[in-house]
Amino acid sequence: MLRKADLQNNTLLEMQRRMIRIRLFDERASKMVKRGYIPGTVHTSIGQEAQVVGACMALRKGDHITGNHRSHGHPIGMGSPLGPLMAELVGKATGVCRGKGGSLHLADYAHGSLGESGITGSSIPIAVGAGLSAQTLGEDRVAMCFFGDGAANQGVLYESMNLASAWKLPVIFLCENNHYALSTPAHTVTGGRIVDRAAGFGMPGVRVENGQDVLDVHEAVAEAAARGRRGDGPTLVEVMTYRFREHSEGLRINVDYRDTNERETWLARDPIQMHRAWLIAEGVATEAELDALADEIAQEVEDCVTFTMESPDPEPKVAFEDLYTDPYDMEAVQ
Amino acid sequence: MSVMTYIGAIGAAQQEAMIADERVIIIGEDVEANVYGTTGGGKQRAEKGDFVEQFGHRRIRNTPISEEAIVGAAIGAAMTGLRPIVDLSYSSFLYMAMDQLVNQAAKNRYMFGGQSSVPVVFRSAMFYGLNTGAHHSDRPYPMFMNVPGLKIIAPASASDAKGLLRQAIDSDDPVMSFEAVPLWGLKEEVDDTEYRIPFGKARIRREGSDVTVVGISGSLPLALKAAEAMAEEHGISCEVIDPRTLVPLDTATIVESVRKTGRLVLAEPAHRACGATAEIAATVAEEAQDALRAPIRRLTAPNMQIPFSPALEAQLYPTTEKIAAAIRQVAGLEKTAEERISA
Ligand SMILES: Cc1ncc(C[n+]2csc(CCOP(=O)(O)OP(=O)(O)O)c2C)c(N)n1
Ligand SMILES: [Mg+2]
Repeated sequence: MLRKADLQNNTLLEMQRRMIRIRLFDERASKMVKRGYIPGTVHTSIGQEAQVVGACMALRKGDHITGNHRSHGHPIGMGSPLGPLMAELVGKATGVCRGKGGSLHLADYAHGSLGESGITGSSIPIAVGAGLSAQTLGEDRVAMCFFGDGAANQGVLYESMNLASAWKLPVIFLCENNHYALSTPAHTVTGGRIVDRAAGFGMPGVRVENGQDVLDVHEAVAEAAARGRRGDGPTLVEVMTYRFREHSEGLRINVDYRDTNERETWLARDPIQMHRAWLIAEGVATEAELDALADEIAQEVEDCVTFTMESPDPEPKVAFEDLYTDPYDMEAVQ
Repeated sequence: MSVMTYIGAIGAAQQEAMIADERVIIIGEDVEANVYGTTGGGKQRAEKGDFVEQFGHRRIRNTPISEEAIVGAAIGAAMTGLRPIVDLSYSSFLYMAMDQLVNQAAKNRYMFGGQSSVPVVFRSAMFYGLNTGAHHSDRPYPMFMNVPGLKIIAPASASDAKGLLRQAIDSDDPVMSFEAVPLWGLKEEVDDTEYRIPFGKARIRREGSDVTVVGISGSLPLALKAAEAMAEEHGISCEVIDPRTLVPLDTATIVESVRKTGRLVLAEPAHRACGATAEIAATVAEEAQDALRAPIRRLTAPNMQIPFSPALEAQLYPTTEKIAAAIRQVAGLEKTAEERISA
C-alpha cells in the first residue's frame, strides 16, 4: 500500500472531511426539499462521495472543474464553504450565485468551480476551453469535467474528446458511472464500455473499478492531472460507483428499476465507512478522532442552515442584474 | 484613411485586436489558410494565411468540424482568461452549436450571479442571395435576438464592420457578429487607426423629413439607393437609419425619427416572423403610434425556405425597387393592394 502512504495524513483526513460534508449537506438538503424550504428538487451525491472527493482532491488550487445536475458534491469537493451553497439551494441573497442559479447551477469561482450544468453534457466543452486557455497562456493548470454515464452518450463529449486530444489540452474527462441515467440502466443504452472510447481518440482511458475507494479514485485522477500538466494531453477516467438514493429528491418512480440485491451490495460499500475503516486500520486516526470529525461537520451543516435561514431573500431588482457586464437598461425590459 | 472592402475591414479589425491583446485568439475551420478571407493581413482578400506567420499556431488555430465543441471550448476559454474569436463561417452552422450559444454563452454570467464574464465573439457570414440553397443561406440573427445575454452586431458598411467588430472583441460579453456576404466587396474609405463603435447607437445614414427607412445588414445599401431614387423622382425626403447593433437595439433614434417623419419603412433579409423589423415595428407602434400618418411597412424574406435556382431565389429578399415602392406607398403616392381592389 505504498501509494496510499504517499499522501500526508492531513490529506487523508481532509478526504474524509469532505466526503462527510457532502453526505451531511445532501442529507440535510433532502430534508429541506421535503419540508418545502428548498423549492423544486435536488440531486444528491450520496454514495458517490469517494468518486467526487477523490477526483477533486487530485487537483490543485488554480485548476478548474465543470459539473452537472448532481451538483453539490463538486464544489464541496473543491473546498467551497457550505453556507453560500445551501443559501443558493434555498434561493437566498447570500447564495453563491446570488439566488439565480439554484441547485442545478452552482458555481464557485473562488474554488475553481466554473459551473454545474442543468443540460446533460453541456458543460463538457467548457472544461476543454479552460484547458485551452491554460495551454495558450502557458499557465500550469488543468481542467476536469464531471459527467454521468447518461451524458456519456451525448455527441458533444466526442467532439470535446477529439478536440482536447488533437490539441493535447490538459483536460480530464471524469465519467461518474453510477450505472443509471435516471431510470435507465447504462448497459441498455450504451454500446461497449465507456472507458474504451478513449482509445478511439488516442488518449488514455482509465477505469476505476472500485470507485467507492477514495484513494483509488484519487490515484487515477492525480495521474491524469500530472499527464495534463506535462503537456501530454487529456485522459478519460471512468469511475464505477452508485447513487444510494433516488435520482432526485422527492421523485417517485413506480417501476422498481434497480435490483434489490444490487442495491444492497452497493450500500454495503459505503465510501465514508470504507475510508474510515482504512484510516483506523492504518493508524491515521482513532475512532474517537473520527467521531469528533463527524460531529464537527454536523455542526458545520447546522451552521450553514442557520446562515441560510437567517439570510434575506434577494431584492427583486437582482433579477435584472448580471446579464451583461454593463448595467442592464431596465427600460428595455419593461 | 484607406479604401477597404467590407470583408477586408473585418480582417483588419481582427488583426488590430490580435496585435493589441495577446489574449485574443482566432479559432475556426480553415482559418489558417485564410479560406474565408478574414485571417490574412491585407486589406483585400489575402493570398496566403499570413495571420499564422504573424501570430503563430497557438493564437490562430484550425479546428475540427465540431461546432458544438469549438463554441463550448471558446466559452470555457473566455471564462478563464482568453478572448477568443470563433469563426463559424456560414451562419447556418450556428445551429450545430445552439446548446452552447444559448445555454452556456448567454446564461453563464447570469446563472452564476455575475461570477463569470464571457468575452467571446462568434462570427458568422450570411451567404444569402448566392444560390447556395437552403442549407447555406440562413440569416438567423432574429433567433438570437430572442436570447437574453448575447449581444448582436450586423454591420452594413466597411467602416462600421471594423469599428463594431473591434468593440465586440473588446467587450466582456459574448457577441455574435452577423456579416452579410452580399456586402463583402463593398468598398469605402476606412480610418486606419484603431477605433471602436459603441453598441446601441444607430447611425443615421441620410437625413430626411418625409419617411423613415430602416435598413438592416444587407438591406441597408438597398434602402439608401431607394431613398436616393425617391428624392430624385418624387422629391420624397427619406431618413435612412442603420441600427448597426440589434442587441442592444437603439429604438430611441428610430422612434425620434418617426416622430419627425410620421412614416416608417423597414427592410431586412431575415424571415418575416419575429424578425428584427417586427421588433422595431412593435416598439414604434407602442411608443409613437400617435405620430404615424401611414401604416408601417415591412420588407423581409417571406416565411419560406430558400430555393436553389437563381430563377427562384432572388424574388424572396427586399430589393431597392420593393423598398422604393413601400416608400411611395407610405408617402401616399401608391395605393395599397386593398385600395386598388376596392377602387
Ligand atoms: C440535454 C438533457 N437531456 C435530458 C435531461 C434530463 N435528465 C436530467 S438528469 C438525467 C439523467 C442523467 O444521467 P447521468 O448522466 O448518468 O447522471 P446521473 O443522474 O446518473 O448522475 C436526465 C435524462 C437533461 N437535463 N438534459
Ligand atoms: Mg448515471
